Amino acid sequence: MTSLSETSCPALAPHVVLKRDEARSRWVILAPERVLVPDETAAEVVRMTDGKATIAEIVDRLAEKYAAPRDEIAGDVIEMLQDLADQGYLK
Amino acid sequence: MNHVQAAIEIPLAAMGEMTHRCPLQCPYCSNPVELAKASDELATFEWKRVLDELASLGVLQFHFSGGEPLVRKDIVDLVAHAAKAGLYTNLITSAVLLDDAKMTALAEAGLNHVQISIQGAEAETADRIAGFPGHEKKLAAARLVRAAGIPLTVNAVMHRQNLGQLSDIVALSLDMGAARLEVAHVQYYGWALKNRAALIPTPEQLDEATGIVDEARIRLKGRLVIDYVIPDYYAETPKKCMGGWAQSFLILSPSGKVLPCHAAESLTGLSFDSVRDGSIEEIWRDSPALNLYRGTGWMAEPCRSCEFREIDLGGCRCQAFALAGDASATDPACGRSPLHRGIFSLAVAEASEDRRTLVYRRYAGQS
Repeated sequence: MTSLSETSCPALAPHVVLKRDEARSRWVILAPERVLVPDETAAEVVRMTDGKATIAEIVDRLAEKYAAPRDEIAGDVIEMLQDLADQGYLK
Repeated sequence: MNHVQAAIEIPLAAMGEMTHRCPLQCPYCSNPVELAKASDELATFEWKRVLDELASLGVLQFHFSGGEPLVRKDIVDLVAHAAKAGLYTNLITSAVLLDDAKMTALAEAGLNHVQISIQGAEAETADRIAGFPGHEKKLAAARLVRAAGIPLTVNAVMHRQNLGQLSDIVALSLDMGAARLEVAHVQYYGWALKNRAALIPTPEQLDEATGIVDEARIRLKGRLVIDYVIPDYYAETPKKCMGGWAQSFLILSPSGKVLPCHAAESLTGLSFDSVRDGSIEEIWRDSPALNLYRGTGWMAEPCRSCEFREIDLGGCRCQAFALAGDASATDPACGRSPLHRGIFSLAVAEASEDRRTLVYRRYAGQS
């Protein structure tokens, strides 16, 4: 299994789709037999995982946008993405 | 007025049984024993209307199932239509009719995912169970799916006659390039109920299978997701069948009936409405059959006062009907059902007799 770090460039796996669910005013992550409902922050992180941006870059952008401590954000982002990776949602 | 009527949610996913026609004859097929005739199937334009209605209602995923969905000549057209409507599309197939040209066309149509069923780890067992020489074709089809860049789930329906192959099935799924494996013990409705004595595992086999799944899940974390469904007869608590009767999942029969699950037509006395008679939105909201077991208002004891009634919603109505003769009874899979000990003993007894003869699912014209 893959262990993510700040140098990783994660992306959603090909069978996984992030979509705006207009009927329920929320974001959803769609995979076969699964519907995940990320909160706004998680959805924002997932939108930035394009296979090009490193986790470090994603964290930098969030730290700047929310004027929050970088270490704290890095911990949360890696934990959330690692969880998605472990469940097979990332490539 | 029923004040305990559950709020009606928009289903997250819908499954279309595009046809009941299928080259395979699996003795545990989830299709009803009374199969729909080809002449009753919804036409292309009717399925397109259905897909548009589902997408605008807020349904997110559409599973093309059957029978064998690739029997339909319009399947690529329908997948393209669903994808354009914004639905996440999944093809649930035996794959024996999947060739290179069809796979390419489906990928171009925007298909998101393919699920291929296997009946065993090698051809001799698998083809005997399926009643069709399809195992090698499935392996070739899996290569086409992966070459087209489409992710693959392998669905392995497990029972006494193939459970010894479970470790090999896990390995085969990896070889086939699957990212996900469903290890689904047979659920005993319809065709499978006819074949229960030939299929139900022993409790020891079930424990061994559960051990294999637990070990493989740890070893293959991040490489292969394994979903696991145990047979109800050996459960202590009932499953929240379909996430609740007419709650989050909707099934369309080949002739367009709006059903809460595959087996619901086995409940005699219930009449399900067809998309030919009205909009899906109206049927989902107003159908007396769909409203009958929504939520908890229909429950009798021991469900009514049970602290788990919202957790499992009383289990499965079809199983209650099949085993207790009353669809509003507690699912006998539940330890609190008066029938629970009886079905457990029945399963153990049938498994130890070890009868092997299968009653194959036969579509008109198959022999």
